[in-house]
Amino acid sequence: MPIDWSPLWLSLRVAAISTAISTGLGLWLAWVLARNDFRGREALDAAITLPLVLPPTVLGYYLLVLLGRESALGRVYEWAFGEPLVFTWQAAVVAAIFHSLPLLVKWSRAALESVDHTYERAARSLGASEWRTFWRVSLPLASRSIFAASALAFARALGDFGVTIMIAGNIPGRTQTVSVAIYDAVESGNGAVARTLVIVVSLTAIAILTLANRVSRRAAA
Amino acid sequence: MLEAKIRKRLNSFTLDVEFRAAAGVTVLFGASGAGKTMTLDSIAGFVHPDEGRILLDGAILFDAGAKVDLAPQERNCGYVFQNYALFPHMTLRENLLFAVEKLARLERHCRVNEAIEKFKLGEAASRKPGRLSGGERQRASIARALLASPKLLLLDEPSRGLDAPLRADLYEALRQVRRDFSTPILLVTHDLDECFALGGEMLILREGRIVQTGAPASVVAKPATLEVARLLGLYNLLPAEIVTLDPQNDASVLRVLDREIAGRYYPGRLKGDRVWVSIPYSAVRARPLNGKPAANEIAVTLESSGPTSAGVRLEFEGGVIAESAPQEGGREWAPREWAIEFPAAALHVLSK
Repeated sequence: MPIDWSPLWLSLRVAAISTAISTGLGLWLAWVLARNDFRGREALDAAITLPLVLPPTVLGYYLLVLLGRESALGRVYEWAFGEPLVFTWQAAVVAAIFHSLPLLVKWSRAALESVDHTYERAARSLGASEWRTFWRVSLPLASRSIFAASALAFARALGDFGVTIMIAGNIPGRTQTVSVAIYDAVESGNGAVARTLVIVVSLTAIAILTLANRVSRRAAA
Repeated sequence: MLEAKIRKRLNSFTLDVEFRAAAGVTVLFGASGAGKTMTLDSIAGFVHPDEGRILLDGAILFDAGAKVDLAPQERNCGYVFQNYALFPHMTLRENLLFAVEKLARLERHCRVNEAIEKFKLGEAASRKPGRLSGGERQRASIARALLASPKLLLLDEPSRGLDAPLRADLYEALRQVRRDFSTPILLVTHDLDECFALGGEMLILREGRIVQTGAPASVVAKPATLEVARLLGLYNLLPAEIVTLDPQNDASVLRVLDREIAGRYYPGRLKGDRVWVSIPYSAVRARPLNGKPAANEIAVTLESSGPTSAGVRLEFEGGVIAESAPQEGGREWAPREWAIEFPAAALHVLSK
């Protein structure tokens, strides 16, 4: 039977958008966390890490409560965009962000903290603001590691299942991502489709991993 | 003018220094771990002292009492780091431009071109730090710090890892900076020759405290304590006892190495005091012994000898070292028995 490739395209789109958003957000959070001690730093760090240790269904449930049609945020979204957020492909983007952000923050923070502090000190002693020091010195010097982190976040976003199915559902052609489609194919005894999608996703993941390793190895050199 | 009073306590180390640095070069001299770099970092704003006050040209950079602690950006301190800290992802010119980004475009490029010319960096300007020579890196780092128009220039062991010709270039560049800029220069080193090459005031740091200050020549002529003398590494340091003191004739008798030798009068010392005496390696007179030693000489056994850049270095029993200009074509010294003499004028009594 012909394979429906739309879940794969949807997943790639969701992963690309969510990676772009969580890279930006992750860098900002990493910058905030990597800087000097401030009140609530540990609490923020814990809050960011929490999605990593919570079961995806639990995280999905929270998001459903937080972003559902009855919630304040859900209503604001619906008022702004004219349709509810939950059970759309945009909800899958939100799910992917929550799935990949914790690791991205950790990796970005490690990348920023591995930059030799002398360069940042030099920039400061030359009168550069913290913001300019970050953009002109820390970020360029950490860019390879951060790119590698984004690539891994992309792969992770591609693979989310639990959170996605909780808040985006499983609507073929609309919110069915590739991970959900594989589950669906196995459930309905559609072995050929499942095998093909599994192989395609595995190859994509291996390719991304290879790319990330190459880039970060060159960063270390 | 920099006025600093810094106190910072760490687990096993306390930095407690107070000094002033006027225009010209001030050298912070001391062994590793004496607190030299921490002093620079406190002034630059990278380390936050527990107590004290740092003033630069009358402006408060830090005041623990008044809770003033300016950010490094606001301190106007140029800092030349040990590894130069040139941004590796920028060309040399971009590195220099980074220091003047607040200026208008035209002025920015004028200033950078001036600096490139002044520090002879024309050929290197378009290269990244990874492809610069050691000397170029070092000049670029100084040029970059100066472009930000600092009120104080801090240099952390700028000559570390440079060979002799590059050092000479560095000293020449720094002497030029001293002539052309009226800003105080505070330089960290553990190289005594560097203190002499750059002159100015010397602050000797040991275990977080300043133990002596003065011009390099006067410090070397009169180390204040045994520790300073050890740090300078230029002297024989021997325990001694004052046997007699004769202020009228500016004379004394000291017991050193179990022999009595003549010294000068040492004000403030008493008969019977146990002290340390220092005598520069180069001031010890030594000759192969034939017959009996003269009145003020001590007979000692030569343990080893070898050529040095300055001449010959002779090591005697008891650890006494003499350095002299090469004699008779720098031959190996065979005689085992020697006579050494400590000229009274070169003997200096130290506090412990």
